[in-house]
Amino acid sequence: MTYLRPIVIFLCLIGAWQALVWLTGVEHFILPGPGRVAVALVERWPSLLRHAGITIVEILLGLAIGVVLGCASAIVISALRPARRWLLPVLVVSQAIPVFALAPILVLWLGYGLASKVAMATLIIYFPVTAAFFDGLRRTDPGWLDLARTMGGSRPAVLLHLQIPAALPALTSGLRVATAVAPIGAIVGEWVGSSGGLGYLMLHANARLQVDVMFAALFVLALFSVTLYFTVDWALRRAIPWQADDAKDHRAG
Amino acid sequence: MLQTQPQSTAAPPAPAVRLRNGRLAFGDRLLFDGLSLELPAGAITCLLGPSGVGKTSLLRLLAGLAESAQGEVTADDGLPISGRVAFMAQQDLLLPWSTVLGNVLLGPRLRGTLGEADTKDRAATLVAQVGLAGHERDHPAQLSAGMRQRVALARTLMEDRPVVLMDEPFSALDAITRYELQALAARLLAGRTVFLVTHDPMEALRLGHRVHVLAGRPAQLDAALEPEGLVPRELTEPHLLALQGELLRRLSEAHQAA
Repeated sequence: MTYLRPIVIFLCLIGAWQALVWLTGVEHFILPGPGRVAVALVERWPSLLRHAGITIVEILLGLAIGVVLGCASAIVISALRPARRWLLPVLVVSQAIPVFALAPILVLWLGYGLASKVAMATLIIYFPVTAAFFDGLRRTDPGWLDLARTMGGSRPAVLLHLQIPAALPALTSGLRVATAVAPIGAIVGEWVGSSGGLGYLMLHANARLQVDVMFAALFVLALFSVTLYFTVDWALRRAIPWQADDAKDHRAG
Repeated sequence: MLQTQPQSTAAPPAPAVRLRNGRLAFGDRLLFDGLSLELPAGAITCLLGPSGVGKTSLLRLLAGLAESAQGEVTADDGLPISGRVAFMAQQDLLLPWSTVLGNVLLGPRLRGTLGEADTKDRAATLVAQVGLAGHERDHPAQLSAGMRQRVALARTLMEDRPVVLMDEPFSALDAITRYELQALAARLLAGRTVFLVTHDPMEALRLGHRVHVLAGRPAQLDAALEPEGLVPRELTEPHLLALQGELLRRLSEAHQAA
């Protein structure tokens, strides 16, 4: 039943979509039915695959760089008190600027290629990762810190062996958010200026009223995002089995 | 005279520890002031008293963890006290991501001495001594509360410090597990200078060479009871039953005063 449920939900949504098309009699260049989209998916498969490859590389690179930068920032901010006073306000203010507003500037600076999209994806996930990890690092059980003090642990050793492992469950919630929003960064970057990728393909198809191709591209993107999310979620659960996790109870039910 | 047992390990001789002018105030609320306490060398000193009287603060002061309490802590061998204290709390404070052996090795790992000869052998021996042989690779979540506190005891002994401070280490356990762990701790901690904060008069009489009650506001220490016999004692002996009556009388007075 556990594995059947998503399939049932998927089929119901497809059914509702088809019903909507039938009932309203809407033109296919406004809302194509699932059948038309499936045909576009098959006919345009090689082109979709090529563009998807570009977007996927952007998302994965953005994720990797964003996570590394976010974790490093969180560690620096929590380990160095003076850095905290200077960097924390900067971090918060940086979030007040919508990342989307930066997209045109990033394209201007970094060009139409891969770099500007990777930068977008990196920027959009940097804050959730940093904030979640920093929060975890700050909330180490005071009892553990007392124990470490009586044991004579140095500050770097306490950070490495106590604070960082203790903050990993908090980091995972940041990583889940990051995985969910990284595709947004890449796609917005492609919309603003690019010569390849699923976002580019969608704009290109939109201009030609090829709405079925748009939907096919959207479908490929959604498929990848969902796969990525569940892969990351699964990997995190395996890597950090000790975290308090009520998802296990849901799965049992 | 206090009766102490021969040392069970090759630890350096344990010093007596003295606190003078212990003071703890929160704002203008004075919990204790000018407090003196002596922990005799190689013996177990137990401290009872109503909640909120400052028992834990006193222990943290001795451990060098005090935030607000002040006082002068010295050892009678003239050496500094810091670095010679091991600490065991009511919560086991085990790291959930680490194994039983990994938790016992926390101290050496934090000090970067994990690679030293026989460190790991010693940890394995201690795990066996607390009765957990075969569980070395288990994670804390797989263990019962009693087993987890046994791991915490092994981790405390791994530090091999002459002074051991324990803050209600067995209070979260059921009666039978607590009884077993008291005996185990008394055996393994023999020869060290131990300070044990507890709320259980039976535990104090079972383990303590000296038993104090901290009471009043500002709190003061009473004259210590010194039960006879080797620890862990069995509480069926008549003189212990008499002491238990005396201790309960002092505690109920303290509760009424609080």
